[in-house]
Amino acid sequence: MAKELDKVEVVTVGVGWTGGIVAAELTKQGINVVGLERGQDRSTENFQHIHDEYRYAIRYGLMQDLSKETITFRNNRDERALPMRQLGSFLLGEGVGGAGVHWNGMTWRFLPYDLEIKTMTDEKYGENKLGEDYTLQDWGISYDELEPYFYKFEEMAGISGDGDSMPLSAPRNKPYPTPAMKETPITQRFKDAANNLDLHPFHIPSGNLSEAYENPDGQTIAQCQYCGFCERFGCEYGAKSSPNVTVIPTAQETGNFDLRTHANVTEVMYDGNRATGVKYVDLQTGEEFIQPADIVVLTSYVMNNVRLLLNSNIGTPYDPETRSGVIGKNYCYQIQPGATGFFEDEKFNTYMGAGALGAAVDDYNGDNFDHADLDFIHGGVLNVTQTGQRPINSNVVPNDTPNWGQEFKSQSIKYFHRTLSIGCEGASMPHRNNYLSLDPDYKDAFGYPLLRLTYDYTEQDRNLHDYIAEKAVGIMEEMGADRVEKSEMTDHYNIVPYQTTHNTGGVIMGDDPETSAVNNYSQMWDVDNLFVIGASAFAHNGGYNPTGTVGALAYRATEGIMQFREEDGQLVQGKKNSKVTKNA
Amino acid sequence: MADEKNDKQQSEISRRKFIKNTGYVAGGAIGGGILGSILGTNFLDGNQQQTAPESTDEANNFNRALMYFTRQEDFDVLSAATERIFPEDDNGPGAIELGVPFFIDHQLAGGYGNNDREYMQGPFYPGSDFQGYQTRLKRRDVFDVGIQAIQRESQNEFNASFLDLEGEQQDEILQKFQDDEVDMKGVTPTTFFELLRSATIEGAYSDPLYGGNGNMQGWVMKEYPGNYMSYIDEMEEEEFIEKEPKALRSHMSS
Ligand SMILES: Cc1cc2nc3c(=O)[nH]c(=O)nc-3n(C[C@H](O)[C@H](O)[C@H](O)COP(=O)(O)OP(=O)(O)OC[C@H]3O[C@@H](n4cnc5c(N)ncnc54)[C@H](O)[C@@H]3O)c2cc1C
Ligand code: SF4
Repeated sequence: MAKELDKVEVVTVGVGWTGGIVAAELTKQGINVVGLERGQDRSTENFQHIHDEYRYAIRYGLMQDLSKETITFRNNRDERALPMRQLGSFLLGEGVGGAGVHWNGMTWRFLPYDLEIKTMTDEKYGENKLGEDYTLQDWGISYDELEPYFYKFEEMAGISGDGDSMPLSAPRNKPYPTPAMKETPITQRFKDAANNLDLHPFHIPSGNLSEAYENPDGQTIAQCQYCGFCERFGCEYGAKSSPNVTVIPTAQETGNFDLRTHANVTEVMYDGNRATGVKYVDLQTGEEFIQPADIVVLTSYVMNNVRLLLNSNIGTPYDPETRSGVIGKNYCYQIQPGATGFFEDEKFNTYMGAGALGAAVDDYNGDNFDHADLDFIHGGVLNVTQTGQRPINSNVVPNDTPNWGQEFKSQSIKYFHRTLSIGCEGASMPHRNNYLSLDPDYKDAFGYPLLRLTYDYTEQDRNLHDYIAEKAVGIMEEMGADRVEKSEMTDHYNIVPYQTTHNTGGVIMGDDPETSAVNNYSQMWDVDNLFVIGASAFAHNGGYNPTGTVGALAYRATEGIMQFREEDGQLVQGKKNSKVTKNA
Repeated sequence: MADEKNDKQQSEISRRKFIKNTGYVAGGAIGGGILGSILGTNFLDGNQQQTAPESTDEANNFNRALMYFTRQEDFDVLSAATERIFPEDDNGPGAIELGVPFFIDHQLAGGYGNNDREYMQGPFYPGSDFQGYQTRLKRRDVFDVGIQAIQRESQNEFNASFLDLEGEQQDEILQKFQDDEVDMKGVTPTTFFELLRSATIEGAYSDPLYGGNGNMQGWVMKEYPGNYMSYIDEMEEEEFIEKEPKALRSHMSS
């Protein structure tokens, strides 16, 4: 029998970026918060011996232990879903700070276009440019409403950037808190090429800080040393903005934050009307607890936000046949068009770098270019990055080279410092057949069904890929590569090679309770005291990395939670068919 | 083993030197007999280069022994296969000299070989090309059945042990695994091959603390400096900067 604990005001499931933001904001107001995190505690001290590619980048030392829990995957509904037995396509976080520990730090704001994509597309290109099967929706919030929260995240995280050089990006009311990172021969070369092509290049806004910075909560983030061990690693200097050096210590310093590690939440307790708390297992003792709470906040990343709702019978599961229901709907990923350039006579210091060091153009993102004669919408940010190339993971060879043996060896050695790549975070539009649900066969270590991912590329994806990849080739040629190779899309989405940890959707935000799961405070339409925060709220996936937008929505949600404490009930009047109890 | 012919001359010298230094077998030859195999080439090579300090370490490299494999032949087949995947060439040493087979042996003995952090609950079904690793076998079992299958396939094709094949014949066998053209139970040949291939590259380039990347020669070939704490002062340099590689060991404070 689970042991019932004393009731608390707020409980969060997961202590990564979103859980950390909720904890910091509420505890600063004197509200008691319990943070339940399934992984271990950790801080900068844990990263003193982190420069180990094998342990952390290849064997995923900081990521989710799949022996306890994973997802299952199939390309389409006619296939049998099978477990993702080892990590690959995306790397799920675990432990205090979540994936915010080992992220790169590229920090963007989605475009005003993203938030009203359905309306703007219909207005400009006519109804249903993409066809019936694409379940495009507005987010129920405008960019102007969200702007202050974007800044709040950037200010807390000390983001380094040069907003003045970003004319096509989302407009800003205030400059970035710290200046952009260093210019290097690689970023300079990309910018020169882009300028020659009349594009608008700029430095990527970065959570690897260009200078030491004290945030408004009094937390200090150090200056990045460009050590080259950033993505997939924690920062040994505390120079990469992470929950561990910002919001979590802020929450802890208030004395109002009760952080419990090794606490794996299995269920949200629900009485048919309100969430009453959560059930969790202490992984060190095996004991089960029920933690009652006035307000329950899911901050357990896209996958577990969806899974916990489905396993707790909260909300209506999405059904791709009838298109009814909302939980699990509009799962999106990202598409990665790009080009690789091989340079015969030049070598670059690619082993140096930082996770978010790079230059980009967003001329081909959002609706920054005309799609009237194109068979897709949206686009993506094209970029060159200098993250620190490492020898196990980076063996780029020309396409006609075998992938083992003598020729492979000598080509991979030759080109280790002689290739540059242009990559892209390509936007992904929701499709009726791409969704999340519970797996009927496979269970986690505690007997609960795993989350099942049904996903494949769509025509929109392929068209977007081909168009943007050509643009990448053009820039790389202009950069002077001797040989340029364009990226190719595989026949189907493949769960094996790493692509990106930008999963979105499943508990989407909108202004209509019939078609969305949460309102623009991330409050569930169906359950007033349950907030679900993260990229799970994205109604589609944009053309940038997600965390800036996730952070903005999290700050917005904390305001909602505080308002809810005062007023109870629904904070937003739903567009139609609302089960609204109250108008804010 | 594939390094044998390359090292033959060196070994001859080393044997003589070994004998001279130790006076162990006065006037006799060790040959391929018992002493040779007990001591192994590393011991002899190390002894030969007593003046070069980094190689002398090899003589006392007690790490170069087996934690997982129980049959010498299995280890030798593994070694030969890794050498074909990452051969010695003009760039420098191949898998064997880098210690890759020991790296793999040691990894198989631990959490990696035991799939400690992988989802290993059933039921098991073959799966599509896009669904990834789907076998009830743990990585160490995959290596076991894979090595047996290599030997079996060598016998079928060439009537000989994999160890006795010419390099190109060995490649032919390995290629069949990569192309899924071998009969195997419990795991697909491609899955085995990809595991072997990635483990070989991992052993060639991981920090030497794991037993591969001997003397950091993998990094030297790639001009990769390993573990430096900061490049902040060099980020703007146009020229390629070569650095003496440093391993994690150099980062221990005591
Ligand atoms: C290698 C890598 C690079 C990335 N680079 C970038 C980048 O450059 N820019 C960018 O914008 N984004 C990047 N991301 C994505 C970014 O890390 C995520 O968007 C962000 O961390 C999401 O925050 P979150 O709070 O929603 O989830 P997380 O940070 O993942 O935190 C969720 C936490 O919940 C815990 N949890 C889950 N389930 C349970 C449960 N049942 N019980 C208890 N606890 C639970 C997890 O252990 C985890 O700690 C990257 C991600 C990875 C993996
Ligand atoms: S690159 Fe910079 S932010 Fe990243 S780990 Fe190194 S010092 Fe830290």
